[in-house]
Amino acid sequence: MTDEATKTTPLYEEHRRAGAKIIPFGGWLMPVQYTSISDEHQAVRKNVGIFDISHMGQLIASGSNAREWLNRMLTNNVDKLEVRGGQYTFLLNQNGGIIDDLIVYRIEAEKFLLVVNASRVDEDFAWLQAHILPDVELTNRSDSYAGVAIQGPRIGELMKAILGDDFELPARNTIADAELNVMQLAVARTGYTGEDGVEVFFDAKYAPAFWTTVLEKGKPLGIRPCGLGARDTLRLEMCYPLNGNDLTPEHNPLEAGLGFFVDLTKPNFTGREILAQAKEQGLKRRLAPFRMQGKGPPPRPHYTVYRGDEKIGEVNSGTLSPSLGYGIGMAYLPTEHAKIGTELQIEIRGQKFPAVIEKKPLYKKQA
Amino acid sequence: MSNVPDDLFYTESHEWVRVEGENARVGITDHAQAELTDVVYVELPKVGTQVEARTATAVVESVKAASDIYAPVKGEIVEANEALSSNPALVNTDPFGEGWIFVVKMSSPDDAKQLKDAAAYRQATG
Repeated sequence: MTDEATKTTPLYEEHRRAGAKIIPFGGWLMPVQYTSISDEHQAVRKNVGIFDISHMGQLIASGSNAREWLNRMLTNNVDKLEVRGGQYTFLLNQNGGIIDDLIVYRIEAEKFLLVVNASRVDEDFAWLQAHILPDVELTNRSDSYAGVAIQGPRIGELMKAILGDDFELPARNTIADAELNVMQLAVARTGYTGEDGVEVFFDAKYAPAFWTTVLEKGKPLGIRPCGLGARDTLRLEMCYPLNGNDLTPEHNPLEAGLGFFVDLTKPNFTGREILAQAKEQGLKRRLAPFRMQGKGPPPRPHYTVYRGDEKIGEVNSGTLSPSLGYGIGMAYLPTEHAKIGTELQIEIRGQKFPAVIEKKPLYKKQA
Repeated sequence: MSNVPDDLFYTESHEWVRVEGENARVGITDHAQAELTDVVYVELPKVGTQVEARTATAVVESVKAASDIYAPVKGEIVEANEALSSNPALVNTDPFGEGWIFVVKMSSPDDAKQLKDAAAYRQATG
């Protein structure tokens, strides 16, 4: 992906002041780490961490026909959402390929919030607008909203410290309103780390004040600001896919192992026929999670995957797992090579290193 | 401010060189390890390998990325720091000491003097 990063979030100056290392990501200048990816990762697994997710996009769909229309545009079943409920879902092209993965919240009976990937905002909006129906209004609110993800086992304590002892976390996958002084907050019990946590959205002008408050209140709980580096290692330990790496228009959600978020019983949605057909014929490839065996360098995207002498694919996501201490990754492999326990070799700088396919998630939380 | 010992030579690519007779001991600078953070793997050169100056000779991997380490001078690899195989984080904790990466027997010992001194390196990394 060519990355001409020009945009900055309302928290950019906070990141600079905290000494973050800044990288281009999805057209944005974002913090990759503040101190160390491993330390930030462990803060989220053991205590709590805060991430700037203001780069993500927010689209609002409303109107008497919005629910019906979204059910045609998205793979999951919007009818299952009560007001305040949210669900993970996909926006597909006519070939069943993935344009974006997103969360849709039903914020009112006839009003929906779509939280989409930063690099896909314009594409999603253009696609949706091109397929709009009467009695639906679609607006792009990405520039007026900022957001943070606050993730980790101490989230409950932290939110009470910020919002008062009476505050209760919303149920999983739901979104609730909250107030902090003049700030209106939308608090969603979701995340991308495998830990309990929330994603909070608010008017962009409040971003520095809210960020600072969370860090202050979180200090006694061991909070750390966390960058995209830790966001990537945390999500990959859970085998959550990353748009662009693991999800592209060349892949469908079934191959990605995310059929749970595709409701093929819905009569009509973009890509449905092709997915139903693919399922019936048997999937040709699968996104397989793997771990490296023995000492060796961590796997990285595009490294070649072998089984014996046969090249069978390439790595889509790979890193050193800070929780586990060994290399982990995911790769699309032909179905016959994608079974749990299959021994693989990953070619790294001309040398092959042993790996094995595991069940997801690669990291399991200690009880 | 990162540590830049006065008794070493430096490269633009952030290696340091300690001249030990006809040998050059090589590692990465404090500045470089701070930029990389979290070194998780070091690929060492094989002893006996001939290397040219400014060619990729070792690889240091952080959680995020793999970075080439260049031979500052021409010569033969005579030692590689095997301790890094079990403890790559030495590159972070002691970059100028236990975290050294390899030793080159210099083809021409004067070559090291062409490198930057501490003052020039400090200026370059300002």
